[in-house]
Amino acid sequence: MIRDITIGQYYPAKSMIHRLDPRVKLVCTLLYLVSLFMFRSISGYLIATLFLAAVIRISRVPFSFIVRGLKPIVMLLMITVLFNLFLTRNGEVLFHAWIFTVTEGGLVTAVYMAVRLIYLIIGSSLMTFTTTPNELTDGIEALLHPLNKIHVPVHEVAMMMSIALRFIPILLEETDKIMKAQIARGADFESGNIIQRAKSMIPLLVPLFVSAFRRANDLAMAMEARCYRGGEGRTKMKPLRYKCRDYAAYIVMIAYVVFVVAVGRMLPLHVWIF
Amino acid sequence: MSIKLEHLNYIYSQGTAYEKKALNDVCLEIPHGEFVGIIGHTGSGKSTLIQHLNGLLRASSGELYYNGENIYREGYDMRKLRNEVGLVFQYPEHQLFEIDALTDVCFGPKNQGLSPEECRERALEALRLVGLKEKYYQSSPFELSGGQKRRTAIAGVLAMRPKVLVLDEPTAGLDPKGRDDILDQIAYLHEKSDMTVILVSHSMEDIARYADRLIVMNKGAVMYNDEPKKVFEHYRELEEVGLAAPQVTYIMHDLVKRGMSVRTDVTTVAEAADEIMRTLVHHCTNS
Ligand SMILES: Nc1ncnc2c1ncn2[C@@H]1O[C@H](COP(=O)(O)OP(=O)(O)OP(=O)(O)O)[C@@H](O)[C@H]1O
Ligand SMILES: [Mg+2]
Repeated sequence: MIRDITIGQYYPAKSMIHRLDPRVKLVCTLLYLVSLFMFRSISGYLIATLFLAAVIRISRVPFSFIVRGLKPIVMLLMITVLFNLFLTRNGEVLFHAWIFTVTEGGLVTAVYMAVRLIYLIIGSSLMTFTTTPNELTDGIEALLHPLNKIHVPVHEVAMMMSIALRFIPILLEETDKIMKAQIARGADFESGNIIQRAKSMIPLLVPLFVSAFRRANDLAMAMEARCYRGGEGRTKMKPLRYKCRDYAAYIVMIAYVVFVVAVGRMLPLHVWIF
Repeated sequence: MSIKLEHLNYIYSQGTAYEKKALNDVCLEIPHGEFVGIIGHTGSGKSTLIQHLNGLLRASSGELYYNGENIYREGYDMRKLRNEVGLVFQYPEHQLFEIDALTDVCFGPKNQGLSPEECRERALEALRLVGLKEKYYQSSPFELSGGQKRRTAIAGVLAMRPKVLVLDEPTAGLDPKGRDDILDQIAYLHEKSDMTVILVSHSMEDIARYADRLIVMNKGAVMYNDEPKKVFEHYRELEEVGLAAPQVTYIMHDLVKRGMSVRTDVTTVAEAADEIMRTLVHHCTNS
């Protein structure tokens, strides 16, 4: 039940994208997300869609898996669309009833906003699908390394992140187990009003917290037992090194950004309605 | 009154990259009042199997009948099923949450809709059964030792007075005395109240001592389903799948090899001792 959450999960496969350096994937994802807000025309959206589709294709992550990751944001999506639809007053009025007015501009903004949000989620989850949490934190640590100069504890932050990421599946599994155990004792997590439901979470949350603290404690002990004492002077077993394909990926990415921004700005806004 | 499984299959994370077939065409029938042991090496699907018995997991395909009723039928009352089939999970102490042991044991009966007095009565009875000392009834479950937590958790299910009690390795990590205590109490309950007991265990000795019937799981499928004695006759096949027969089975087979005509189908130490004595006496009187 709870395992359906796919955001932040790794999907094992052998693909070009999986093999890329995590730094490349981080930077490119960031660029892609920014690029989504750099154009306003249908042609820009078309190019962004094609690019995303191509990357998904190359990554060999099944499309159904990616779509499942969108489920948790359906609510957010709906709210955004509705607000944009009814609150943007711009252009010709298409529909009017009681206090609701839908204008042409509103409709366009709503659709564009929804598409942007969806691509935002797909883009970033594609990164986590193709990068193991360890690689990801390695990449973040390497990218943020310069901040060490201004005394930001980059290594410690990266370590905390990797531990947090590592714990997500463990805690999900634990939640699943405790939930089942309490259901077996007749607990009811589904029915009742909001207060009853919040109350019914206690048998789930208390053991979950206890177990999280127990695990954190064990982990701290294990790290101390192995003489862990932070980042200073610590070397890596597999240091990150750029390869040819990584440079190629950067070039493709830059080409895409330039192209999408140029085309997206030049072609006019309303091409899509005839 | 029985549980019947027909061609049950279960696949974890179906439709993802992590697909894992955990149960493979399991057919079983467990009549009312039986003491059934389930054994199998790590990852053979024991825990998966028993979670089907009270509807926590829904089979990917196949049917499950409780008292002749298909529990996958539209509108089947799962709550009622869960009231009748009590399930004690592996490491049940991880589910404790109340402020004290007694209140925690009351959680099950309370969910069954019993009055506070009745809950308390049942909780006290269950705690007595599992042998938790009275001075611990008011302590926080997190202050108890591992074994005491385990007892409290088992009491939490017993207090619901299930008709079928399913236990997943209830004695893992307990000391020998604690293990015998708990199993003896369960056997006593089984005798006294005619409760069906399904016990998952890694200990052949425990199973041999208590179970009427032994189910051996291997790679998600039922490998043997017979009286323990008969199953242990296949001790070589059991070894091949990472299991073993009770120690006495080996001793008896060795004795036979060395020319002593003892029966090899004894399963407990006491039985073996009797059998050896019998043969020796027989031997002496003959010569
Ligand atoms: N929640 C889950 N998600 C995916 N796979 C699982 C899950 N739980 C168990 N499995 C897999 O299903 C198989 C059967 O697991 P199960 O827990 O039923 O084994 P078991 O016989 O109880 O083992 P043990 O003796 O170690 O308790 C294992 O291979 C396991 O990896
Ligand atoms: Mg198990």
